Amino acid sequence: MIKINQRIDKNISGYIPDGISRRQFLKRLGGGVIVAVAISDFSDLEAAVLQEMPTDLNAFLRVSLDGRVTCFTGKIEMGQGVVTSLAQMIAEELDVQLENVDMVMGDTDLCPYDRGTWGSMTTRFFGPALRSAAAEARAVLIQMAAEKLKVPVTQLKVENGTVMDSNNPKSKITYAELTKGNKIVKTLSEKPELKDPSQFKVIGKSVKRMDGKIKVTGEAKFAGDIRLPGMVYASIFRPPSHESKLKSLDTTAIDHIEGLTLIRDNDLVAVLHEDPEYAQACLAKINAVYDTPDSTLNENTIFDHLLKMAPEGEMVAEGGNLGEGEGMAKKVLESEYHDGYYSHSPMEPHTALAVMEGDRMKIWASTQSPFGLKSEVAQVLGMSPDKVHVQPAFVGGGFGGKSNNRQGVEAARLAKLSGKPVMLVWTRREEFAYDALRPAAVIKIKSGVTSAGKIASWDYKVYFAGTRGASQFYDIPNHKTTVYNSGWRAREGVHPFATGAWRAPGNNTNTFARESHINFLAAEAGVDPLEFRLKNLKDERMIETLKAVADKFGWIPLKSPSGKGYGIACGTDAGAYVAHMAEVKVDRQTGHVQVLRVVCAQDMGLVINPQGATIQMEGCITMGLGYALSEEIKFTGGMMHTRNFDTYKIPRFSMLPDIQTVLVKSKDTNAQGGGEPAIICMGALIANAIYDATGARLFRMPMTPERVLEAIKKS
Amino acid sequence: MKETIHFELNHQARELVLERDRTLLWVLRTDFGLTGTKFGCGLGYCGACTVLIDNKPVRSCMTDASLVDGKKVITIEGLGANGKLHPIQEAFAKNDALQCGYCTPGMILAAYGLLSDNPTPDRREIREGLEENLCRCGAHKRIIDAVEMAAADMKGGK
Repeated sequence: MIKINQRIDKNISGYIPDGISRRQFLKRLGGGVIVAVAISDFSDLEAAVLQEMPTDLNAFLRVSLDGRVTCFTGKIEMGQGVVTSLAQMIAEELDVQLENVDMVMGDTDLCPYDRGTWGSMTTRFFGPALRSAAAEARAVLIQMAAEKLKVPVTQLKVENGTVMDSNNPKSKITYAELTKGNKIVKTLSEKPELKDPSQFKVIGKSVKRMDGKIKVTGEAKFAGDIRLPGMVYASIFRPPSHESKLKSLDTTAIDHIEGLTLIRDNDLVAVLHEDPEYAQACLAKINAVYDTPDSTLNENTIFDHLLKMAPEGEMVAEGGNLGEGEGMAKKVLESEYHDGYYSHSPMEPHTALAVMEGDRMKIWASTQSPFGLKSEVAQVLGMSPDKVHVQPAFVGGGFGGKSNNRQGVEAARLAKLSGKPVMLVWTRREEFAYDALRPAAVIKIKSGVTSAGKIASWDYKVYFAGTRGASQFYDIPNHKTTVYNSGWRAREGVHPFATGAWRAPGNNTNTFARESHINFLAAEAGVDPLEFRLKNLKDERMIETLKAVADKFGWIPLKSPSGKGYGIACGTDAGAYVAHMAEVKVDRQTGHVQVLRVVCAQDMGLVINPQGATIQMEGCITMGLGYALSEEIKFTGGMMHTRNFDTYKIPRFSMLPDIQTVLVKSKDTNAQGGGEPAIICMGALIANAIYDATGARLFRMPMTPERVLEAIKKS
Repeated sequence: MKETIHFELNHQARELVLERDRTLLWVLRTDFGLTGTKFGCGLGYCGACTVLIDNKPVRSCMTDASLVDGKKVITIEGLGANGKLHPIQEAFAKNDALQCGYCTPGMILAAYGLLSDNPTPDRREIREGLEENLCRCGAHKRIIDAVEMAAADMKGGK
């Protein structure tokens, strides 16, 4: 249970740790009905989710003098569509037209504190709080209308922002008329009820993106599109490797160029010029000598290194007795699964514009965490946090990577040192080198299956992928899950560069290993992989989801490898259930895998915007093809060899399968995550399909043509 | 190496003094404030910087600005006419053929080039035509839908 605190007026400043106070808010925004909202209790969440949970989650909601409703939230829009789905929730509970809702997102001067937009938490946890706030605002307005119209509250109804007497429709008053000239802050004696799903008019209805039009005209402003008078572009001098130590630096070639500013501040060496290309060209004239240690660490040797570096394991789930389970098994299968590093590769590289205005630092940045950036900048520059203002901008893709704000801090440092507005746009090479990559990881599974086709034991060890998705959900009497390094980051010396959260962090790797292994067990038992799963499941929602995908796909029971190239995988993420089926074609000569079709069923609880949810599923499936098949980071120690899209192969049109999606009618009335779940199965789904097509077993992602060929040779 | 060039930018005659080697991408974004043309990879791999030169899509990050002398350049800001969206823009919005929207301007102009060469493409031809434009959000399916719709809407050659 998540308890929702929502109060009007009183004590608001008491529970907003970092955003703006109620008094400041009222002063800035003038009149209207204002409701503040906060979530405070996450005690029942599983540890893995708790780790990424905001300490507080807030919004202000204002019904203004013109009747328009504005939501001020620290959440950001990066393509996932919450600008639309959050507005839908407000329109629903307030009974206003969707077009009359405005969203102000990620402005640290206007919006209350929010830790960041990640973990599929916006709709799941912030959504219910926002709905309550809207319902409360509606109740306030109805109460006011009751006084004005001299009609009891129970006799009033609301349509499109107009409150009217049910018995006399001519007796009515609009929200705008109610708020006119007033600054209303009221407290209700009772918490208003949320609407029952049967009453929904806006929630559950497919709505197009609210930002669609400005994104097709080029009007939508991303951080790099903001322009200020006197603005200069920064190019930062970077070492060849994360392990390089600077021996000497010679800048004489560019020391006296008109209009060029050279900045040297400890580790930060940069040039500033109004022409970004000229700044780059000048940067190239700096001579530096570095000491870069030799390293044997690369994309192939990393897995042995990870096992060597593994910390103590932490048991996260256990039941029965593994030894007994193995004793009952007809066959015990032991496998090791490897997953490489992956870049987030948003099309918009990390970008920030920073300027000192008086004693305040103003920043526009591509960030999933405006308040995180604000406090980082305050700390690094030794400024008071209230002197730092992060302004909103559209974010050109995040996927977890833009919770890392390094570019914003760099731009702010340069702006303070130079006294100029400084725009920093990372080159694609910088984007690969300074991204916090999805960590490489190892998973070991030892598992037994009985002659009756029941999984008797499950011993699961995960190194460096993290906890999310590690605990299995099958009905296995004897099982143990051990996590070696619980998060996505690790202590120094483990990874040669920064690592972090990557869309459904940890779960892509865990689901790849688990669902691949389940298929191998099914093959050992000689049972169809769908039937095998159903036989070993008790979780009704997973069973329903699997049946839904099988129905849509037209699954025909098979004994893998059947030669058909059919794959299956399922999993849970962010409170949602997903199951996928696919058909692939494998070229036995080249090892090339073409995914012909993917069907995905998802039970995500209450669906706010079915169109938006469907689009996220399609996006997950398409993006997931890349980590499964083609995206590979190559490196030697801290030196990144992957520098651009010629060698880092993200999915393109030729890889696109026919995609079908099913939203499973859910018994769950709470909204669950939607931006991440459907990506988690893509690795195992394709691995299982390759096995079904060829009999080749893949234990390593990405499953590049070379690796597929090698596996075919071994089969 | 100072050079003055004259060209048509979004249907207006323009003059530009080039003091050094510069790419069209940054000239558009800085000198003309046309920020709809995006920087994505800087080496012509992603297509976010696509503009039309004499009605053909090109990578502005790989195009020397001096080469547009005497030519017609159209960016995403100049695609629509008389305050109306171009049918391709309309189709992208109608089909929700975008998520973060960063690749969208380049994608639309690449689609424009595709439809100029082949006004009635099938889905395979659309995929091939847009192969070199990258989208990370995975809007591919809907982009193909949008281009198909635009092709149908534009029949008669708009």
